[in-house]
Amino acid sequence: MLPKMNIEQVKDKLGIGADKIYAVMGEFSDPHDLVKAGRKIREMGYTKLDAMSPFPVHGIDAAIGIPYSRLGWIVVTAAIVGLLTAQGLQYYVGVINYPLVIGGKPLFDFTFSIPVTFELTVLFSSITAVIGMLALNGLPRLYHPSMNYKRAHRATDDRFLLVIEANDPQFDAQKSAADLRSVGASEVEVVAG
Amino acid sequence: MTLFAVMCAAIFPLFHTGRPWRAFYWLFPIPNTDITMWQNFRSPLIWDVFAVSTYLSVSILLWYTGLIPDVATLRDRATKKVKQVVFAILSLGWRGSARHWSNYEVAYLILAGLSTPLVLSVHSVVSFDFATSVIPGWHTTIFPPYFVAGAIFSGFACVMTLLIIARWTLNLHELITIKHLENMNKIILVTGSIVGYAYATELFMAWYSGNIYERFAFLNRATGPYWWAYWIMVSCNVISPQFYWIKAMRRSIPVMFVLSLVVNVGMWFERFVIIATSLHRDFVPSSWGYFRPTIVDISTFIGTIGLFLTLFLLFARFLPMIALSEVKAVRAHEQHTFAAAGEGGHH
Repeated sequence: MLPKMNIEQVKDKLGIGADKIYAVMGEFSDPHDLVKAGRKIREMGYTKLDAMSPFPVHGIDAAIGIPYSRLGWIVVTAAIVGLLTAQGLQYYVGVINYPLVIGGKPLFDFTFSIPVTFELTVLFSSITAVIGMLALNGLPRLYHPSMNYKRAHRATDDRFLLVIEANDPQFDAQKSAADLRSVGASEVEVVAG
Repeated sequence: MTLFAVMCAAIFPLFHTGRPWRAFYWLFPIPNTDITMWQNFRSPLIWDVFAVSTYLSVSILLWYTGLIPDVATLRDRATKKVKQVVFAILSLGWRGSARHWSNYEVAYLILAGLSTPLVLSVHSVVSFDFATSVIPGWHTTIFPPYFVAGAIFSGFACVMTLLIIARWTLNLHELITIKHLENMNKIILVTGSIVGYAYATELFMAWYSGNIYERFAFLNRATGPYWWAYWIMVSCNVISPQFYWIKAMRRSIPVMFVLSLVVNVGMWFERFVIIATSLHRDFVPSSWGYFRPTIVDISTFIGTIGLFLTLFLLFARFLPMIALSEVKAVRAHEQHTFAAAGEGGHH
């Protein structure tokens, strides 16, 4: 099924390996400094930016140009699928596959099918919200080059990192590192892929 | 807490089916070669299966999604190899990227938005099990809102009991303030009063309906063989929360600890009263009797308390009780607000 590749080719495809550059990363200790710096870096013309933070920093999406999440639409689709599944299941069971007259009640009716329909709509939406969130984020994932930054573990604690990725057309390891320093980042490093 | 409580609640009906390994086919519409039958979707019992299992699933999702960023923090702070590996797997590779957070916040908002009506629906659907039957004392339209109010009431009381112990033992006084607890007590007061109003409405409707069976059911409830259970229920659920009209009572830890336990006892008796008193004098005199729990009933009940506490303590031991990322976000916001106010003062 999968094309035959050796591990080097896989790494090559994913942009992973000690010989490659993933990005230039720098650190901030305040979320507001991160947003301001992100805005300035973007104004310099960089487009492939990311940030890493221990909590959602408001304003960072607009500052570094991250579009609004598409998750809502995916979940709406799942909700409609859940609704139709529930109605279809109850119609198929009640009318087609296993019709039983109980107390003279109709085999299928919109009223008594509401509870199960509501529950399945919610269930499909919730599962899709979580799996969709993980899928859009590319998770679960065992390895990411940002781990090579020596202070990456601080990004889940109390530091805010700004990332200029190497696939940015304007990327140049020396110049980008200098740009990051110029907007106030400390601990600036060129990070291997 | 919801999660562990639902797991305990699942024990009773599962054992009640007699052959729980086959209950899977009886309860869920899964094509099988075992019973080759489908469920009857006109029955509230199957609605209940869907409501409770959806509730459990969504609770697990909400709980786990909320934990992902915090487990990533634990992973990065862990010093022992075993912890690093376990938390690394559980955190699914979370790295706190702005793209992650953008999708995460939407996902969490959707989950929270779905959970709220789900709480209302699960208790309404449970009440349909009773309300759509013909037994006097059960066959009432007030049941769905009445059960929802009772559920919020007892849920807050149960959270209160655990919260007071956790706050005291884990030293969380700065994070769970008296103000938080006071607000919870206000909700307990409101929902307790709604429950009391529902009791009064039930009695009134039993009289006003002119239905002799309803009248007998409620008169028998309050003055019959189970009068003691009825009055324990009323005093615990309706009278005890009225202390919360007084501000000093709402803010006193010993008072709220004792009252939260009293409310939980009262809500246990509410379920007992609804089930036992209606069934011991139903339309079939041959089934009349007086319910005495057997040793199996009592030990199952004690066992579920043990299961609940075991799961809860394991959770408190290994995972964060309070969302780390949320507290950090609130603190950063406050620091900035105060810093801005401070700067303003200099000008």
